[in-house]
Amino acid sequence: MTAGLSMNRLELSGLSIATSQIWGGVRLVPVLRRDAPGDLRLWKRSYKEDEASVDLGGRTGGPKSMYGSYVPHGLVVDWSGDGALKAAFGTRMARQDGTVLERDGHTARILHRMVKREDRHRLRILPLHVAMEGFLSLHFGGPEIAWEAYSKQVLKQGLSPRYERIAWGWELPALPEALRVFEIHDDQVGVLVFIAETLASAFIVPHPDDYRALHQTVVEDFFGPTLVHAGRYGAAIKIDIGFDEHFVKSIDDLRGALSAMQESWHAFQLDLAGGLIHQPLTGENVYRAGPFQLSRFMTGLKPTEENHIGEMIVRRDGTLEYLKTYRLSAAQTKRAFLLRQLAGHDWHIEHTAKALGQSKEQFVVRLEKAGFGYLLKDHVLRAARRKRR
Amino acid sequence: MFINACFSCTGQREFYGDSRGQAVSIDFLHQYILGNYRRLYARTLAAGINHFNQTQIVFNLLASGREVVPADKADESDLINAALLALPPQRVYGLFERLRHQRVNNRRTRAVMRDYLTRRPDPAFDAVKYRNKVRSAAVHAHLGFEDERSRFLFGKGKQTPFETGLFESYRRAGFAKESIYALPFTVAQGFAARHRIPQETFLERIGEQMTAGEKLRLQRSAARHDVDSLSVDLKKAPLTKLALYLLSMTVEARSAEQARYRGALEAAAKRALPKGCAPLGRIAAVLDNSYSSSGSSEKRRRPLAVALGVGAILEQAAQAYRSFWTGHREADILVRPRGQTDLATPLVDALAWGAELVVIVSDGYENAPPGAVGKVVRAFRDRIDPQGNTAVIHVNPVFDAEAYAPQVLGESLPTVGLYNAEDLMTMLGFARFAAGFAPLEELESYLAARVSEFLNGPLEARGGGS
Repeated sequence: MTAGLSMNRLELSGLSIATSQIWGGVRLVPVLRRDAPGDLRLWKRSYKEDEASVDLGGRTGGPKSMYGSYVPHGLVVDWSGDGALKAAFGTRMARQDGTVLERDGHTARILHRMVKREDRHRLRILPLHVAMEGFLSLHFGGPEIAWEAYSKQVLKQGLSPRYERIAWGWELPALPEALRVFEIHDDQVGVLVFIAETLASAFIVPHPDDYRALHQTVVEDFFGPTLVHAGRYGAAIKIDIGFDEHFVKSIDDLRGALSAMQESWHAFQLDLAGGLIHQPLTGENVYRAGPFQLSRFMTGLKPTEENHIGEMIVRRDGTLEYLKTYRLSAAQTKRAFLLRQLAGHDWHIEHTAKALGQSKEQFVVRLEKAGFGYLLKDHVLRAARRKRR
Repeated sequence: MFINACFSCTGQREFYGDSRGQAVSIDFLHQYILGNYRRLYARTLAAGINHFNQTQIVFNLLASGREVVPADKADESDLINAALLALPPQRVYGLFERLRHQRVNNRRTRAVMRDYLTRRPDPAFDAVKYRNKVRSAAVHAHLGFEDERSRFLFGKGKQTPFETGLFESYRRAGFAKESIYALPFTVAQGFAARHRIPQETFLERIGEQMTAGEKLRLQRSAARHDVDSLSVDLKKAPLTKLALYLLSMTVEARSAEQARYRGALEAAAKRALPKGCAPLGRIAAVLDNSYSSSGSSEKRRRPLAVALGVGAILEQAAQAYRSFWTGHREADILVRPRGQTDLATPLVDALAWGAELVVIVSDGYENAPPGAVGKVVRAFRDRIDPQGNTAVIHVNPVFDAEAYAPQVLGESLPTVGLYNAEDLMTMLGFARFAAGFAPLEELESYLAARVSEFLNGPLEARGGGS
C-alpha cells in the first residue's frame, strides 16, 4: 500500500443535490450527477458467510495483521470502459474470491487484502472496511519508547487486538423502510443519510445505473452504534421553507418563486451536511488505478465536533467518483483523540496529561474509561484510581 | 372524511402503509360513523363508494340491527338489498361467509340472505361456482331448497345422475375429462389439475366459459402457450382494469401496438363517462408517475393505473386536454413508475397552459420539495387568479391509515379519494362534501337524493372492483 499523507477538503465537485425524502427519523438526500461518463463502474459481490477475515499482510518476517468482521458484500471497481456490459450480464461476477471455511454450520471467508487487483482494469474493495481498517490501525504499533507504565503485551504486540462496536443498517429504526419507499431520481448517483438530523453516512458511486443497483446495500452498511438510539428517540425536523409569493404577478414569477424555494432547500441540506463537506481531511492514498485514486480519510478528530471516516475514489481532474463514509460516535472519537495525543507526545503519559491540562492520575483514569486500560500496567491503574479517590 | 375514505381504502397494503394499519384505521372510521350517524352511514351505500366499503357497511348494519331507529328500519333494509344486488356475487357470498364466521344471525340477516339467493338469475350456476359459500349461507340462514340444489349441496349419493345439466356435468367431471369444459372456469381449473390436463389444451377449450376479467388476467399465459382462442375485445374491458393490464406489459410491448391500446383506452373512457355529460372546457391533468405509484404487492401499479385512467376520461370529457406527468415526456400509454414526486413543476406548466380545471392525481407524498403544490396553488389564487376562474383539485387513489383520509397536498386545494378511475365524474360532483367544506345538512340532503335515485333508478352496471 502506498502511504502518502495529504491534507485536503471534501468537495462535491461535479455533483448536485436534490430535495430530501423523509421517513420516520431518517432523511435521505439524493446526490445527482449529470452526464456520468461511464468509464468507471461499480457492482456488488455478495458474500454469504457468517464472518470474514481479511489478510492485511505485514512487514516481511513480522507478524501478519488480520481484520475480522461480518462482510455482507464487496464492491468491484471496473475502469476498463466496458464495465457496463459486464455489470449488466453479470458475467465473471461470481469469481473465486478468497477461501471459504466451514465448521459446525459456521462459515467464514478468508479474503486477501482490503483492496485487491483482480484484473488489468478491475479492483475488488470491501466498502467502508477500507476506512474502518485505517481508523483501527491508527497508531496501531503502540509506544515506540518502552516507558515503564505500559504493559508488556502492548510493548510486544502494539494495540492488538483493537476493536470498535458498530450498528448494522438494518438495526437502525426506520432506515430499511426509508430506503424501500425512497424514490430514486433519474440522475441519482448517491445519497446522504441523516438520522435524527445528524449526517450518518454519505454514499456516492460513479454512475446512476450503479446507484440503482446498490441503493438497497445501504442497509448492509455499518453505522455508528449511538445512531440506534438517535434513530429511535430523535425525529426529522419538519421544515417549512418560505415561498415568496408577494412578488408573484404572473406565471413566470410563480416559476421563479418555485425554483427559489428549491434552491433554498438545497442550501439548507448542504448546511446540514456541514460536518463532512468542506471540512479539512487527513487522507492516506490506498491504491492508484489508472486515472483514479482510491484513498481513505478522517476528519479532524476533535472530540467537540462531529467526525467522519471514509474512503473515496477521485478522478485525476478532481471529480469525486466514489465516496462512502461512517460517522464516528463520541466514544470512538475520544479514543482516537487520546491515541493521537499520546503519539504526539512520544507516548509519554505525564507530558500528554500536562498538554491536556490534567494530572497524570486524571489522565490515566481517562484512558481507562475510554477502554485503553489494557495498555497500562496494573499497578499504575490502581495507583491512579486510589489517588483520584 | 368518512366518505372520502370509503372511495379509496380497501384495507390492502399500500406503498407507504401495511394492510394491518389500513384495516384497523378503516374499521375504526366505520364504527365511529355507525355509532354516531347511523342514517348517514346507511345512505353512504348509495354514494357510489367502492365494493370493499359497501360490504363493510352492510356487515356492520346487519351486525348491529338492534340499534336501528324503527322509523328508518325499512329504508335501511331496502338500501341493503339494493346494494347487495348491485355488488358482484363473489363479494356478497364473501360477506355471507363473514356473517356466519362472526355469528351474526338475526332475523333480518336471514331474510336478507334468503332474498338475495332467491333473486339470483341463475341459482344452479351459483351453486356450482360458489358451492361452499352457497352451502354455508344456506346452513346459516336455515334455508331449504325445493329443487335439486338441496341434493347437490348436501346430498351424499354421488352415483345418482342429476337432471340439472350443470349439476350433472359437475358430477361427471370427477371421472370424465370432457365434462369439465361445461363448468365455470374457476371450478374447471381444479378438475383440470386433477386430470392433469396440459395448460394449452385446457385454455384452448375452456375459453367460452371464462368471464372477461378472467380472460384479461390469463392473456399472458395464453400467449405463452400459443393459445389464440382467448382473444379479448380490449375495448369492452373496464377502464381501470384495462389500464392495469396495459401497465403490466413492458414498455416495448406497449409501444409496439400503441395505436390499438390507445383505441381501447379511449373506448373504455368513453363508456365511463355518464350519458349526456356536457363537454368540459380546457382541462389539464397533473399525473404522478413517481416510484411510489407502483403501489404494493397487493395493489400493484394501482395508483399509476388510476392516473392513466383519469387522464383518459378527462381527455374524452374535455374540449381541450393536456397531461403533465411528473417525470415522463412520451405518450401517456408508455408511462412507467419511476423517479421522485415533483408535482409543483408540472402544475405550474399546467397553469401556464391556461387550464380551467387542473386535476392532480397523486398519492400525496410530495418530495421535491414537500409542500410546494399547496404554496403554488395559494399564490396563484391570491395573486394571479383572484376571480377563481381556474379550479385545482387533488384526486388521491391511496388511503392514509394514520390520517384516516387520503393524504392531502395542502389546505389550499380539496383532496378526494378515488379507487376506480371510472368513478371520477361521481367523485368530482362530490368533491365539495368529500373535502369537508359543506355542512352536514347539505350532505344529508345530497345523499337523500342519491338514495332515491339508487333505489328507484335502473341499476347502473358499475365497472370493475376487486
